[in-house]
This record gives sequence, C-alpha cells and structure tokens, in this order.
Amino acid sequence: MGKTLFDKVWDAHVVDKIKDGPQILYIDKHLIHEVTSPQAFNELEERQIPVFRPNQIVATADHNTPTLNQHLPIKDELSRKQLEQLSENCKKNNITLYELGHKYNGIVHVMAPELGITQPGMTIVCGDSHTSTHGAFGTIAFGIGTSQVAQVFASQCLLLTKPKSLRVTVNGTLRNGVLSKDVILYIISKIGTNAGTGYFCEYAGDVFENMSMEGRMTVCNMSIEMGARGGMIAPDKTTFEYVKGREFAPKGEVFDKKVAYWKTLPTDADATFDKEYHFDAEDIEPMVTYGTNPGMGIKISEFIPETSDASFEKALEYMDFKKGETLIGKPINFVFIGSCTNSRIEDFRIAADYIKGKQKADNVTAWLVPGSKQVEAQIIEEGLKIIFDDAGFELRQPGCSACLAMNDDKIPQGEYCVSTSNRNFEGRQGQGARTILASPLMAAATAVEGKIIDITKQLN
Amino acid sequence: MEKFKTLTATAIPLDIENVDTDQIIPARFLKATNREGFGENAFRDWRFQKEGTVNNNFVLNQSQFDGPILVAGDNFGCGSSREHAAWALTDYGFKVIVSSFFADIFKGNALNNGLLPVQVSPEFLKELMTAIKVTPKTEITVDLEAQTIGIKDSNHKEAFEIDAYKKTCMINGYDDIDYLLSKKESIEAFELSLQ
Ligand code: SF4
Repeated sequence: MGKTLFDKVWDAHVVDKIKDGPQILYIDKHLIHEVTSPQAFNELEERQIPVFRPNQIVATADHNTPTLNQHLPIKDELSRKQLEQLSENCKKNNITLYELGHKYNGIVHVMAPELGITQPGMTIVCGDSHTSTHGAFGTIAFGIGTSQVAQVFASQCLLLTKPKSLRVTVNGTLRNGVLSKDVILYIISKIGTNAGTGYFCEYAGDVFENMSMEGRMTVCNMSIEMGARGGMIAPDKTTFEYVKGREFAPKGEVFDKKVAYWKTLPTDADATFDKEYHFDAEDIEPMVTYGTNPGMGIKISEFIPETSDASFEKALEYMDFKKGETLIGKPINFVFIGSCTNSRIEDFRIAADYIKGKQKADNVTAWLVPGSKQVEAQIIEEGLKIIFDDAGFELRQPGCSACLAMNDDKIPQGEYCVSTSNRNFEGRQGQGARTILASPLMAAATAVEGKIIDITKQLN
Repeated sequence: MEKFKTLTATAIPLDIENVDTDQIIPARFLKATNREGFGENAFRDWRFQKEGTVNNNFVLNQSQFDGPILVAGDNFGCGSSREHAAWALTDYGFKVIVSSFFADIFKGNALNNGLLPVQVSPEFLKELMTAIKVTPKTEITVDLEAQTIGIKDSNHKEAFEIDAYKKTCMINGYDDIDYLLSKKESIEAFELSLQ
C-alpha cells in the first residue's frame, strides 16, 4: 500500500518505538519564543540537563513585544523581564536569537519560513499551536507544550503516538475576492472545530496547488482551529522556488539533491486516509465569523444560523448578535491586519491594492502589523507604506500584537474588530473584545467603509 | 511529577462546551517565567467581572460546589498550546478533568503535569453533570489502575481509555524526559544515520 506525505516524513524520523506505547520522533528544528520557553529552561537547569543540540534551535521574541518604539526599553516590567530571560537563556545555551530590533526578528511562523529555516521533509516543533503553519512546505510541524519544549531541549526528540490521517480536497477555481483565508475559514465552518482532533491533515486539490506559499501558510496555520495538530501540503515547484536562495536554505548541489528527495514526498496515488472531505472551490465566498470559535463562520451572503444550544447562545450573547441576521452593514470601529495567519508581504499587497486611492473611515482605528522585520522593510521598499499612510492606516512594528493582546495592542471592551488573525475566542483581543475573523481583503474593505460589506459586490 | 492511582472526591460542574485555553488562563497572565501561581488567575474573566467584582453566576464561585475534579463540557482545552492552562488548573487544585472530548495538545500537557484527563461518553458526562448539579455533595471515584470512573456507591460507572505508557508514567510519577534521556545512544545513532 502507498504512503501519504505525512507517513513518509514521519517514518523518516522515527528513532525507536516503545512496545504498546508512543514512538520516539526526531526533531530537526526547534523554534522557541519568550512565553513558552522560560519554564523549560528552568526545568533543565534544575535537573542539571544540558541542551542537547543548541544549533538546531532558533529563537525569536514576538508574543510579548511592543509594536511601537521598539528601540526604547520596554515599559511593562514583566514583559521586559520575559525578554531579558530569553536573551539570557539563549546566551547561556548557545542558541541563536533574533531579538527585538534584529533584522530577522518577527513572529516565529513568519520569520522561519522567510529565512529558509523551514524546509520540506523536516520535523519542526515550537511551543505554539500555530506551528502548523510550516506544514505548507510539506513539513511535519506542530505545536507543543512547555514540558515537551524541555524534552526537545534535553533529547532533540519527542514521545508521540502517530496521529491518524485526514485529507481535505478542494478542487475548482476560487471566485473573485475569495482568498486562502476564506478557504480555511470555510473548511472549518463546514467540519467544525474538533473534526481534526487526533489527526494530521493534508490539503490537496487544484486550489492548494495553485496557491502561493503565503496562501498555503495561511491555510496550514489554521489547521489547529479544526483540532488537527498540523496540516501539510505536498511540496512542488512553488515550494522549491520559494525556498531557493533564502538565507538558511541549502545551496548549489546540496539544494539540487534535496529537491530530488523532496520530489519523492507527495502522497502515493494508492495511499489511503482515515478520513476524507471534499469541497468545491466555487461554493466558497468571502467568509466572516459571528461567534467565539473559528468554526462559527458564514459566507458573507449568509445569515447567522438559527441553532439553539447553550454554547451557541452564550457565543451570540457575547458577540451581541442575533440569530438569523446578516453581518453586512454592521458598523466596525477596529480593524487588525496582522498575526502569523495574515501578516506576510502578500497580505499587505492585497490590502494596499484595495486601499490605494481610498480613505479609511473616520470611525475606524486600523492597525497594520507586519509579521517580521523583513516584511516591514518590504512594505516600505515596495511603496505600500505610502499608500497606507495616505489612507490613514497605522503601520506598526512587527510582532503578535492584537492577535493575543499580551502587549498594549488591545481592542476595548465591547468593541468589534475585524481581524485577520486566527482566533475569535472570548477576550482573545482584549477583555470583552469581539473578534470577527476575515481575510485581509475583507479587513481592508471594512476599514474603508467603516462597516462590513459584501466585497464581491464591489469587485464584480 | 506527583503519582496518581485513585481518587474519590466531590466535583465541580463546568457545563460549558469548547472551553479554550484562553479562558482557562488569559494571555495577559502569561508573562511569568516560572510555573507557580497561575491558579490565582485560572478562569479569571469568568470568575471576575471586568471591574474586579466576583461573578456569582460562575460555578467556581458558588460555594455549594467544591473539589479536585472538574467535570466540563465537550471539547475541553482547545486553542492555544499554552501549558500554563494545565499549570493553572493544577495550581487551582484540580487533579482530574472529565469531559466527553479533549483537545490534543491540552491532553498531552495535562498528562505531563500529573493532571488526569478522563474522557467519558456524552451520555455519561450528562449523567455526571446532572448528578453533581442536583446533589453537589456527590462523590466521584476515578480509578486509574482499573481505568474506571463512577459515582461513588452506585452502579453508574464507565471505563475510560488511556495510553498504556502514559498510564505507567502517571501511576509511577515518571516523566518523558527521564525516558528520553535513557535513549540517548539510539538518538545519537539515528543522527549519524542521517548524514
Ligand atoms: S500571531 Fe497570534 S497565533 Fe500567531 S504566534 Fe503570535 S500569538 Fe500565536
């Protein structure tokens, strides 16, 4: 029987199997950041265990960093301490750190692919659930808890039970105004937030084959929102071209040899999956969420469903929405374009393209937060910043920002925010804040109109 | 890690589905660099109103309910991978979480911290939830060795699954690092085979 992409990469990394138990999986790259690593470093120190392979670890500061005045000392004492601790830990253990202000600094899932650290066929982990992003390269990448961060520090391995396999196929051509973000929000709205629990997902079909690497990363990023530990897309020409020439990518002959190997990774025609879903690209529209988990999404032309169970009603009450209503026309005061889901250069190009020659509505505060220093530099270089400035949008410095509101970038109580991030949980963007997940195009349009619109009406 | 064999105790009914780790411990409390003290902020935004006043409608604030077992709605622990959620729950005093479904990463994190996630059928969950709500003094027995959970002194009982390796770890208080370190040689040999 044939093997799946996931099987091939997994099997190539199994060190050993415990009888009736988990397997020992070797980890190629371990990414760390300031929030989920300090307790792991402490644990190692307490148990006097050295970091086993420091040169396979890369660190960045992203979750807890300010997006204004990054050159100044951080005001919040606890945040400052957390960053200092990261620097200290990395220094002590010979780990490469791209700290705040470094030209490679950025959200861990934006900077690693951009630098060529992420490559097909690898295993990558990070103490962050959106590590699934890196699966866009045909990589087994998933989020881990801090105890597991310590395990990887100690042994470069993890004890894991092999997950089951799931494939989501979307064929056809996407309609005008439908972006990769809409595709993944659509999938999650159809299959729910725990359909993927216990599974690793592969995305297949024309829609993903025709997507840019940025688009594929947006899709894989949100795999965790349907419960899957990770998502993968088969590496192809688009992948190889993206990786080629990047800072830490293999060069010359080594690169060619790697490509030859990467070409063997896609799922065999006769491989089978434990679960499969099929969707038509034509059925997808720009999406918006109306509730407090990413599965509570509707097409822009649809109405909030008339479901009645306690959790559903609790979510609508929190959002102050009513069953059966449309979101079109809802006034919105905050727009956030950022997060590891949608803060790559392509996202800002899409936003700029729409915004050009228009003005932000007066009632809207619009934050644009690039995913990395490199994206920030590109925004300036490509002249997008001028467009944003002219339209009244605020370009901030890179970081996770309002995606999780650990720093000062918080949405006020009761306010709606149309956000390109990945989670609309209660309070995620600030206590009492109400998040509506959408694509960068929908977010840009909301900022211009001051309310949610059906973007397809403008485009057609 | 603390050992776990059996536990008989009262429980708290958290009848909410899709409890995500952002609710268990909101991001603004993740700035600490050690593992202690997160219990104080467990379910912070449900326990307290924005102004800091106690929310009496939330079950953790209702004095009739108490105990180290949390009985929660479907899909518990979804969202962020933050292990702080498991630390917050153990620090608050929980030893067992019962639900009809757990998110993957949370489940792993819980097991790595001696917090036992017990997955039961939706029907049995409902039964437990109702029993506790009606009689808050209801005692629940969780027997890890036998892999059963039930209402004390009754025939309301169900078996639950747990990975055999993880079960041994919980019963003996071992963790994965000990095991992985004992495998250093195989790991080094594997690394050589990659070159
Ligand atoms: S941008 Fe948001 S989802 Fe992504 S790593 Fe940062 S906090 Fe997590």
